[in-house]
Amino acid sequence: MLKTFFKTLSFAAVLSASLASLPAHAEEKSEFKVCWSIYVGWMPWGYLQDSGIMKKWADKYDISVDIVQINDYVKSINQYTAGEYDGCSMTNMDALSIPAGGGVDTTALIVGDYSNGNDGIILKDATDLAAIKGQNVNLVELSVSHYLLARALEKVGLSEQDVTVVNTSDADMIATYATDDVTSVVTWNPLLSEIAANDNATLVFDSAGIPGEIIDIMMVNTETLANNPAFGKALVGAWYELMGIMASDTDEGIAARTAMAEASGTDLAGYDAQLASTAMFFTPDKAVEFTKSAELPETMKFVAEFLFDKGILGEGAPSPEFVGVSFPDGSIYGDSANVKLKFDTTYMEMAAKGEL
Amino acid sequence: MRIINRTLSRRAAILLGSTPFALLIGAYAIASHLRRIDNPADKLLPSLSSMGDAIWRMGFEADKRSGDYLLWLDTVDSLSRLTVGIFISTLLAVGLGISIGFIPHIRRGLAPFVATLSLIPPITILPILFIIFGLGETSKVMLIMIGTAPVMIRCVSQAVMEIPRELIIKAETLGASTWQMITRVVLPQVMPKLITAIRLGLVPAWIFLISAEAIASTSGLGYRIFLVRRYLAMDVILPYVAWITLLAFILDRLLLMASRRAFPWNHLSGDSL
Repeated sequence: MLKTFFKTLSFAAVLSASLASLPAHAEEKSEFKVCWSIYVGWMPWGYLQDSGIMKKWADKYDISVDIVQINDYVKSINQYTAGEYDGCSMTNMDALSIPAGGGVDTTALIVGDYSNGNDGIILKDATDLAAIKGQNVNLVELSVSHYLLARALEKVGLSEQDVTVVNTSDADMIATYATDDVTSVVTWNPLLSEIAANDNATLVFDSAGIPGEIIDIMMVNTETLANNPAFGKALVGAWYELMGIMASDTDEGIAARTAMAEASGTDLAGYDAQLASTAMFFTPDKAVEFTKSAELPETMKFVAEFLFDKGILGEGAPSPEFVGVSFPDGSIYGDSANVKLKFDTTYMEMAAKGEL
Repeated sequence: MRIINRTLSRRAAILLGSTPFALLIGAYAIASHLRRIDNPADKLLPSLSSMGDAIWRMGFEADKRSGDYLLWLDTVDSLSRLTVGIFISTLLAVGLGISIGFIPHIRRGLAPFVATLSLIPPITILPILFIIFGLGETSKVMLIMIGTAPVMIRCVSQAVMEIPRELIIKAETLGASTWQMITRVVLPQVMPKLITAIRLGLVPAWIFLISAEAIASTSGLGYRIFLVRRYLAMDVILPYVAWITLLAFILDRLLLMASRRAFPWNHLSGDSL
């Protein structure tokens, strides 16, 4: 019995040690890991790793950066939040609710793009958004799709009480659209264009109706970044080098876009079509200008209120202002004693000035 | 005395039985504490008290939006899906299981088919179930049924075939018709085995219930877990997992008790787990 007891005890010790060792240790270090998942605006991350551009920039600053693709978007954010990665690509909304809401101090390092039609609402056999009233709406609950729906309903004077939201996995979205009891879906590209191609489908609202609100960002751990400026410089440098290549219609640019298209399961034309509904910031100037714009604090307020309304803004959040968000001009939305999400243009500005 | 011959007092048994649980909770509390030293708002291993708050919030405070008590709503919805699914499976197990086990023509006709069906991983045909049965309750119940019925049918027919041949011959000598043998000999003999089949069926049934709710749903225990998984709310997920385990445990014990109460002759051979 004593032996069993000690066995159990040592097992418990191993278990707790392995669970406890997960948090990222924020000291100066030379090896970094960032993660990303499949999305039109994030495909460059995979290409950076494959093409060696990332390695070139990491070598310049004498560090190593590993860019890892994760199949499941939410899982990638969760792993970043758990401390497995130093950075991860995600939207402004998920960054606020998951890492920032969970107390992981997070900085928006590269504001990459915003959705400008990439997310949309599709109705079956109806052509007007107002017809959505009373319907079941299939979407990934608590995602940007849900946010898009809430904003769209506001615009036609409806509220979420007027519809029934059915949580539906994005993996099953196309199959569910084919069933009779599904009459409306909210989803994102490439699923969106796939479903919109059905004869009975009409795209009644898309993110172009709320430009600049669904933002795709490379988020990094604030502490890691503060202790390791080289990490930020290498990522930003590599990113904007590739942006320059991607935006050009040279052979190199087309080759890069073709590789990204293939990696996301489409062809060059398909990828270019998705890029057309994405407002990519190909130059650091554009990204800095957007991040410093007066609209961004307004957007984050909308987002925080949405998250609070759904009860997902952090542990027992008493108000939408529970998690503080800081902006490049030093202003803060929310609790200034609990600023966990920081929009910081320092590194993007370095890129704009060619100082990297 | 050899250790295999030593018996325990009831108190010692309870103490010994609860030790692994206590150790697990202790290990969790330590790990959670260590992580929260780094980040007090850590989402991965929330403190026991924040899980307590979450249970309180889910179970005893009306939801801000709908006014429902979410934990109870989820529990009722999930249990009713589970009950309907298992009920249909049980009917099939009795009907088909006895026919296959007792009547050679039906056995030759159906046994290979049922055996093949039982080997299909139900999750893989889920997209087909959607198209046929829609996204509503029917497809969820169907998934539970398809996941559990074939195995339960095989379990029951095996039990029928294991009834001593002498009993059947005796009944025939006394002039019983096939129907009389089924109702008077086979059915009573098979009932405790049926309860065992249900207990075994409940294990995959829970898995399929949770999977079905993860795909398209507006309520249920699995739905809630997959919903809050999105923002890593382990303070809700872990108590939900514990709650599901408790419900499954209670169901299992109730069935065992019912079997002991109704068919004491089947439990004469001693201890069973």
